[in-house]
Parts: sequence; C-alpha cells; structure tokens
Amino acid sequence: MEKEAHTHIVKYSTYIYVLIALLFMTFLSVAVTGIELGPYTVSAALLLASIKSILVLLIFMHLKFDKKFYGIMVASVFILLACVIIVTFLDYLYR
Amino acid sequence: MNNHAHIDEHRDDEGAKTGMWIFIFTELLLFGGLFIVYSVYRYLNPMAFHLAAEELDVVVGTVNTVILLVSSMTIAMAITSIQLKNKKLTLILMGVTILLAIIFMVNKYFEWTGKISHGIFPGSEILHQSSQGEILFFGLYYAMTGLHALHIVIGVGFIAYVMWLVKTDDVKHDDYVILENSALYWHLVDLIWIFLFPLFYLIT
Repeated sequence: MEKEAHTHIVKYSTYIYVLIALLFMTFLSVAVTGIELGPYTVSAALLLASIKSILVLLIFMHLKFDKKFYGIMVASVFILLACVIIVTFLDYLYR
Repeated sequence: MNNHAHIDEHRDDEGAKTGMWIFIFTELLLFGGLFIVYSVYRYLNPMAFHLAAEELDVVVGTVNTVILLVSSMTIAMAITSIQLKNKKLTLILMGVTILLAIIFMVNKYFEWTGKISHGIFPGSEILHQSSQGEILFFGLYYAMTGLHALHIVIGVGFIAYVMWLVKTDDVKHDDYVILENSALYWHLVDLIWIFLFPLFYLIT
C-alpha cells in the first residue's frame, strides 16, 4: 500500500520532450555565444545552463514527482552555493 | 513451525534515496567550490581566460554535451521501463547509456591528446612561457574536466553493476531503488557538464 502511494511512472514521451528542449537550449547557447553580445554572453550562457539544469532536476531526477522535501533540500544546497559565490565576489569587488 | 520462512528484508527506499541525494549534495558543493575558484580567477585574468578558451574546440564540447544529454534520457527511461516490467528494454536502455558514456570518454581522450600534442599540459614548456592566467585556465580545465571524467568512469561501473542486478532479477519492477540511485548519479554527471560546457568552451 505504501508503495502505491509514491510510485509515479513517467511516460517515455515526457523524457523525449525534455531531451528536445535540452538539445534546443544547448544549440541556442552555442549560437548565442557565437554572436558577440559582450558581457551579456556570459549571462545568456549561464541563464540557459540554469534552465537546463532545472529541467534535468525536475524531470530526469524526478523532483517534480517525488516528495516535496527532496526539492526543498536541493533548493537549499543551491541557495547555500549562491550565497558563498556572492560573498566571495563581494570580497573581491570591495577589497 | 516449518515452512515459516519469513524473510525480513530491511528495506527503506526512501532512506536509500535520501542517502543518495545527500551524497549528491557533497558532490555539488565539491564542484561548486571549483566553479568559484574558476570564476574568481576568470575575474582576475579576463584577457588570458578569453585567449585560452579560444584554444578549446566548441564542436567537441557540443558533441559531448549532446551525448551526455541523450544518455541522461536513456537512463531515466530505464526506470520507466523497469516499472512497466520490461526487463529487456531496461537492459537495452542501460546498455545504451554505458555505450554513450564510453563514446564521451573516447572524445575526451582525443581532445586531451590533441591538447597535449600541441604542448598544452600542466608543466609544459609552452605553458611556462604563457601568462599566469593561461596557466590557471588550463590547470582548471584539466582538473575540472578530469574530475568530471573520473565521475563518468565511476558512473559506468555503477550502471554496469546495476545492469547485472537487473539481469539476475535482483532489481525488479517493485524493487528498483538502486537503479534510481544509479540514474541520479548519472544525472549529476550530466548536471555538472551542463555548467562545465559553457564555462570552458563557450564563453570566450
């Protein structure tokens, strides 16, 4: 009974759609960095990478279908990492 | 009294999965630390990083990205197919994942040997004549893609082991948490590459 409660079968087609989206964003990021956007190139490439990783986490790694606390833990780790990056750069910018 | 074979298997799928996630967090923080080192050195040596990154082949990087994304999909599909009791398809999907991982490593081999034959490797004569920034870039390039490649090799071993478990019916449609965990590990490898690719190959 407790097994039934959290067994979610993801359709094959869902994975195929996610893959297409991921490949599209990969080629988009290659194309975007090909045209010179100056400082925006970095932001664009990292933004696309972030969207890709969210897709991987939610669908491929099943966070969307699993219990909520996994998602909260993952989000906490990323927030921790972001805080460390911000603090490091504040140090370098204002020293 | 006889025939009372009550097998008390201590099984806790939730706990197994939580453990895997906690391990993944340590990995994310490990690579996160390296990404911070990379971004600080890049901030301090923008020109050198720009020039050094032009040495890397965007095509090879893109091909390897595509390979990893597809392999991530096949291992994710393997979970669906084991849930649908399709053992044969599960084995095929896992086999494809391993095959793609090996192709990734072959590409990596040619990429690295290409660089090394051009005299670009830690401690080489050419790098000694380059700027501090370029030395740092290639040091980080070898360290981070090398650590990532090590994860690929471990992932291949892990998935091959789980393939064996599927083959011997130790992993079944109602007991597949180790398959889920190997898939989680593989997605982590993919996740790290998603950031390595733009940072080393694209942003020049």
